[in-house]
Amino acid sequence: MILDFFSLALKNLKHRGIRSWLTLLGIFIGVTAVVSLISLGNGLQMAVASQLGVSANELITVQAGGLSAYGPPGSNVVDSLTQGDVDAIERLSSVENAVRRNIDSGRIEFNDNVIFRYVGSVPNNKEDRDLIYEQLNMEVLLGRFIKEGDSGKVVLGYNFYGKKEDWGGKSITPGKTISINDKNFQVIGITDKVGSMMMDNIVIMNENDMKDLYGFEDKADMIIVEPKNKEKLQKTKEDIEKLLRNRRGVKEGEEDFEVSTPEATLSTVNNIIGGVQIFIAIVAFISVFIGIIGIVNTMTTSVLERKKEIGIMKSVGAKNSHIFFQFFIESSLLGLVGGIVGAIFGTLIGFLGTVGMNNFLGTELTISINFLLIFFTLLGSFLIGGIAGIIPAMQAAKQNPVEALKG
Amino acid sequence: MRKEDEKVVIELKGVCKYYRMGDNIVRAVDGASLKINEGDFVAIMGPSGSGKSTMMNLIGSLDVPTKGKIFLDGEDISTFSESDLAQLRGKKIGFIFQSFNLINNLTAKENVMIPMIFQGHDLEDRNFRANKLMQLVQLTDRMHHSPGELSGGQQQRVAIARSLANSPEVILADEPTGNLDTKTGATVMDFLEDLNKKGKTIIMVTHDPDLAKAHADTVYWLKDGKIEKITKKKNGWDKGPRGVLIKPKEKK
Repeated sequence: MILDFFSLALKNLKHRGIRSWLTLLGIFIGVTAVVSLISLGNGLQMAVASQLGVSANELITVQAGGLSAYGPPGSNVVDSLTQGDVDAIERLSSVENAVRRNIDSGRIEFNDNVIFRYVGSVPNNKEDRDLIYEQLNMEVLLGRFIKEGDSGKVVLGYNFYGKKEDWGGKSITPGKTISINDKNFQVIGITDKVGSMMMDNIVIMNENDMKDLYGFEDKADMIIVEPKNKEKLQKTKEDIEKLLRNRRGVKEGEEDFEVSTPEATLSTVNNIIGGVQIFIAIVAFISVFIGIIGIVNTMTTSVLERKKEIGIMKSVGAKNSHIFFQFFIESSLLGLVGGIVGAIFGTLIGFLGTVGMNNFLGTELTISINFLLIFFTLLGSFLIGGIAGIIPAMQAAKQNPVEALKG
Repeated sequence: MRKEDEKVVIELKGVCKYYRMGDNIVRAVDGASLKINEGDFVAIMGPSGSGKSTMMNLIGSLDVPTKGKIFLDGEDISTFSESDLAQLRGKKIGFIFQSFNLINNLTAKENVMIPMIFQGHDLEDRNFRANKLMQLVQLTDRMHHSPGELSGGQQQRVAIARSLANSPEVILADEPTGNLDTKTGATVMDFLEDLNKKGKTIIMVTHDPDLAKAHADTVYWLKDGKIEKITKKKNGWDKGPRGVLIKPKEKK
């Protein structure tokens, strides 16, 4: 009998057409928000993290200024870090090794195409260089990495090889020659895809080559620090901060530099995403609430409009419980349909968002449809619809048949 | 006509129905008693305001009396719960209304199937029976149409089919021809006559004395909530006895 009520309810909802659809708008928006949020959530976190260059290593990064989304680290900074700072940090008891890195922008020319890309240095010393490779978390796909004494040679990010449309249809492979700021360099390696726009587009060369090319002396755009004891990352960080405050003559709280640990960066990322998630959760909550009110409203109107129908049903033998269930199921179905449409749109948004991130940010996220999530979302919207329908359904059930028949 | 061993389907004993309307109490039905036997064709006659609608609601167990007792198939309906009464009503009484009262977003056939849902018949049963009934009212070709696509006469025939859905003993028709022209009204009455010949008890409520006299065996004349007189069809109305006035108080 319950099944009959389902089919009756469906017919009624269909009959009311546009009004049914408008009613489930609230539930629809709420579910869309929840589903898209959750399917995008993990991807969003990975995308933001990879853009900020967070990797799972335990190295400390020191920059003048701070984390900046614009321009390479250390650029646009008046009072930059120097080789002296590097040496001083390295002398700290809690520090194992400190390595200077320089990053600048370069005019890259290949196959008559010109593109501006970041150029980063790696140190001459093998131990220091390994530290940088660890920090960059990069592996070579083709060829090899820069070695000691490599002069006039560069390793390029994946996109130089993978996005041949940038270079007039020609892939850059090891052995080819490119021109950087009008000076020729031989490509010896291509790194594997990282999924970060910056890392996949970078040019890596020896520190000496970089010095010659850009003519800087002492400036360090970034200092990578390896702590002696990886368990005491925080302590090392504080030591460096204290040292740099003294050297640069700034007070605590007014630092014009930033010492960041992977955890700190990761927690920044999580804070950003957490904020977004809370916002979307609030939107979802409000829409579901509006959705409930909408359903209550529609169902109450529907009870009034269908008073006569209730009377007819009662005159042909419907018990109060039959009438109750008919309206209750109708209301639950309204919720469920809203949930289904919302889940479809939410998944679609999650999918498009992921594709978008992959295309624009160069990440390699895959979307997986979380069936458990969808199941619970649908169950939830079905129940919400039902709850919203309880009072109207009770009103319908207790109609006096004689009065109801009058319409 | 009435024999002692005939089965009484509906009996009203001193039934009153009072409504409060502002400060006044309206005595819509005021002490009505009657017995309707199985197979009777009964008309309840009266001008508007005579209480015939209330009477029909009481007979159809849609309403409960303020005073008095109503027996449906020998059972006192005041002892039934609201839900049990609904079940009883669905099983024993088929309603036909002046304004057809079909559900518009269902097809004709689905309308006929509705009463069967509430008696718990499965889909196969319902299909089979609805097809038969649509055939009976000669609307097989229109059964997948919605009521809005049918003429008044056709709608009333669907309503007749619906009233028969659970094979009730009693068909309760409230002004069944009220919304129809003379010709289609006659067709509908033919159906009711036919059903009566097949043994169904028909109770028709009407304000039209000609209709009542033309079809009913017994006519209860209602005035101000009271049964004023009862006339019986005996070889034509004109010469027959004018019936006896029954006062509820006198009845034991």
